[in-house]
Amino acid sequence: MIRSLLLASAACALALPAAAQTVAIVNARIEPVSSAAIPNGTLVIRDGKIAAVGASVAVPAGAKVIDAKGGVVTPGLVAPSSNLGASEVSGVRETRDDGTGSHLSAAFDIAYGVNPASPMIGLARDGGITSSAVVPVLSGTGGGAHEHADDGVVEEMTAGASGDGDPPLFGGQAAFIRLKAGASDIVEASKLAVTVSLGESGARAAGGSRGADLVLIRSALEDARAFASRRAAFEQGATRDFGLSRLDLQALIPVVQGKTPLLIRVSRAADIRQALKLAAEEKIRIVLEGVEEGWMVAPEIAKAGAPVIVDPQADLPDSFEALGSRLDNAARLNAAGVTVAINGARDFNNLRQERLNAGLAVANGLPYQAGLAAVTLTPARIWGQDGKIGSLEAGKVADVVVWNGDPLETTSWPLNVFVGGVEQPQDSRQTQLRDRYAASDQSGYPPAYR
Amino acid sequence: MIRWRSVAMATSLLALGLTACATTGTTAPAKPAAQGAGKTPEKAEAKPLPKGLDGQASTGFPSTYVPLPSRAMAFVGATILTATGQQIENGVVFVSGGKISSVGGPETPIPADIAVIDAKGKWITPGIIDAHSHLGVYPSPGVQARSDGNEATDPNTAQVWAEHSVWPQDPGFNRARAGGITTMLILPGSANLFGGRSVALKNVPSLTMQGMKFPDAPYGLKMACGENPKRVYGGKGRSPSTAMGNVFGYRKAWIDAADYARKWDDFRAKQQKGEKADAPKRDLQMETLAGVLKGEILVQNHCYRADEEAVMIDIAKEFGYKITMFHHAIESYKIAPLLAKEGICSATWASWSGFKMESLDGIDANAAILWKNGACVVIHSDDPIMTQRLNQEAAIAMTAGAKLGYDIPRSEAIKWITANPAKAMGIGDKTGSIEPGKAADLVIWSRDPFSVYAQAEKVFIDGALIYDRQDKRFQPKSDFELGQPGQGAFN
Repeated sequence: MIRSLLLASAACALALPAAAQTVAIVNARIEPVSSAAIPNGTLVIRDGKIAAVGASVAVPAGAKVIDAKGGVVTPGLVAPSSNLGASEVSGVRETRDDGTGSHLSAAFDIAYGVNPASPMIGLARDGGITSSAVVPVLSGTGGGAHEHADDGVVEEMTAGASGDGDPPLFGGQAAFIRLKAGASDIVEASKLAVTVSLGESGARAAGGSRGADLVLIRSALEDARAFASRRAAFEQGATRDFGLSRLDLQALIPVVQGKTPLLIRVSRAADIRQALKLAAEEKIRIVLEGVEEGWMVAPEIAKAGAPVIVDPQADLPDSFEALGSRLDNAARLNAAGVTVAINGARDFNNLRQERLNAGLAVANGLPYQAGLAAVTLTPARIWGQDGKIGSLEAGKVADVVVWNGDPLETTSWPLNVFVGGVEQPQDSRQTQLRDRYAASDQSGYPPAYR
Repeated sequence: MIRWRSVAMATSLLALGLTACATTGTTAPAKPAAQGAGKTPEKAEAKPLPKGLDGQASTGFPSTYVPLPSRAMAFVGATILTATGQQIENGVVFVSGGKISSVGGPETPIPADIAVIDAKGKWITPGIIDAHSHLGVYPSPGVQARSDGNEATDPNTAQVWAEHSVWPQDPGFNRARAGGITTMLILPGSANLFGGRSVALKNVPSLTMQGMKFPDAPYGLKMACGENPKRVYGGKGRSPSTAMGNVFGYRKAWIDAADYARKWDDFRAKQQKGEKADAPKRDLQMETLAGVLKGEILVQNHCYRADEEAVMIDIAKEFGYKITMFHHAIESYKIAPLLAKEGICSATWASWSGFKMESLDGIDANAAILWKNGACVVIHSDDPIMTQRLNQEAAIAMTAGAKLGYDIPRSEAIKWITANPAKAMGIGDKTGSIEPGKAADLVIWSRDPFSVYAQAEKVFIDGALIYDRQDKRFQPKSDFELGQPGQGAFN
């Protein structure tokens, strides 16, 4: 019995990445993001944290030395809004836990469905991503959410959604995960935000029009306040009827208290203005996602201090609420002083696109440093994780990537990925498939034996 | 003098043309070859079939494309990827009459009296070709009223033609052009086993589909394997609802098509001999399928899985047609030697995968492994966003090869989005590479087109400037975008 336990734990140890050790990355261009680039520097990782970073940092005795050979070191990339870990195969309903069903609205908590063993996590790490906000499905047709429908049959195939009836008003609560291989729990934080859509999909959730959507959202916030202040009366059945259930109201309390933001999916300039007005009047924090026509109202967004999550590829007038979509949306928003985070695709399988999307934004006028921040420190800050991650500073958790070139460039890739100071395996279902079929094999046996 | 001569020439050509028409119009029945067999055929004047009843005589929907105005010019000093396997530094491309006149190194002679365009620091490639596009048939904005890509009412709609769904005002054409796309294969969707005919378009703004139609390009037939047809029809309680139902559907259709082709062949043979014969009734569905069997229409087959591709190859052999290209082809890397041997191209994305069961095994090295095995690789989009950056998609696929230790040069990878799709669309003799005699479909890039920072600065079709990133006069807008937010400007 004891022997088999020992064997089992030994096997586990083999499968897990090596424990944290002292590592010195030398001969690297270091992009701390929070400060100017160091053309040729050293970064030391010790006890899972960044111990030192600079141009003249000594390599500690006994440290494992990684020669970056002129490559680039960045913070691990942060996906600002994805369904990583909560969805496996978008076309297979049983694998999807990224959307609420018909029972819950704001109370849906995506954190409970996160699967640390998802093969998609290795794939995301392959793109240099070390953490992600995991956000309930945000329906909407703007370019930021363009889903691939290879037969033109666009299906809403989210967990629990029966396909009939309107989606709930609120999408549910977001979480934050760190992509540590072998960890039993990768959820770093939960109940980070409650999501809601304005515009076309918000209108649909409200029965058909934008006006109804805003009235219902405001009413829900008002109910949440009343619920919070009159809890005892509610338990005794002595309050008026509320529009949402007890659980949904409970989830909205931190929002109306200004502790967690409302993540609003919105595209059209007029709808963005409504979102800003909502935030000001209700005194709530908001984060805006999509924001295809954001450039038209950039100064107003900046003045309101609302951060945005954008997809720089979105340049099609692919809905009547995104007619003004432009490739330089991120650049214009940034120039106006808006805090800009950049998404890959929301879908897990295109998270690898995130860094290239930052490159695309740079190609369309976003300053390089802002582009890099938009996939690291900025999303970390939006989700309250910047005390730990998002930049290369002594004392921060060592989520670090060594690249063989410019991290925003198509022809570069990560050479070493560290999460919490532990070097991660460069292994995924995709690399295993690749290696199986790229191998030349004269054994006469089928690939299944490789 | 010269003027008089050209008029005379025109006249004589006209005369020739008239003669040719007259001859065709009154074709005398050929002397019956059957005489030797001792049979006396009935003497019958074969009347031509009424218009529209004979597929061979059908006028169809001919291209009215006319190249935009162009002038002779030479680009000097750029790095040129010819898509014939060459990367020329400090090169020269000389264009006249809308065609490539010559291409080569700095020593390439150019006439003294033409415009010379300094392209130092720039890169020049052939116009980018997207072999899988739904622009026009699934236009922006994506509303139900313009959702014209899938005639999802029957598993076999070989009778429908994508060109009849194309909305030329789709703003997506303008975005694609700014990404260097000069030619596209517009396909019906994949709801059906046989989705209908594809159409090759030149990416020029036009009031009509015919004005974009690529002259003399062969038609394609969109076929679809796998999950989509069986989901769409199984969901309606109809066949096919399984993979085996799909295969039955293909085989039954090819049997019908072979029979239809035989009836027309018999009729034409009899007609040739001057025998009395009743023409079969024209059937547009069968006509398209028969066109495939005769090798006139190219099969463009949506098929993700390697095992399903192998089944489709056997079906093609059973009925004697050729599959030109598997589209999406996410698992082609698993049977790369077979595809190389069969001469079938694989059109794929670099990294899109995992969105449904049949795309689960997609890897970014798909193209690289195919290339290594000598199989034909095409990088396609199937998407109005990705089509704007096929160069980057090719770069991702090329980089996946580098990760494997394959040294895939840019001069090779560029073929994946130019020469190879041109070949797979049956227009490889007209466009897709920079070589003398080919159409001057060109993109001038701000830098190495495999870079994320590269931008198409100028795009030419048949030598005419159709897009210029620096010049608003060459940034066409769709009628739809006038008076709308953004006014059709997107960069």
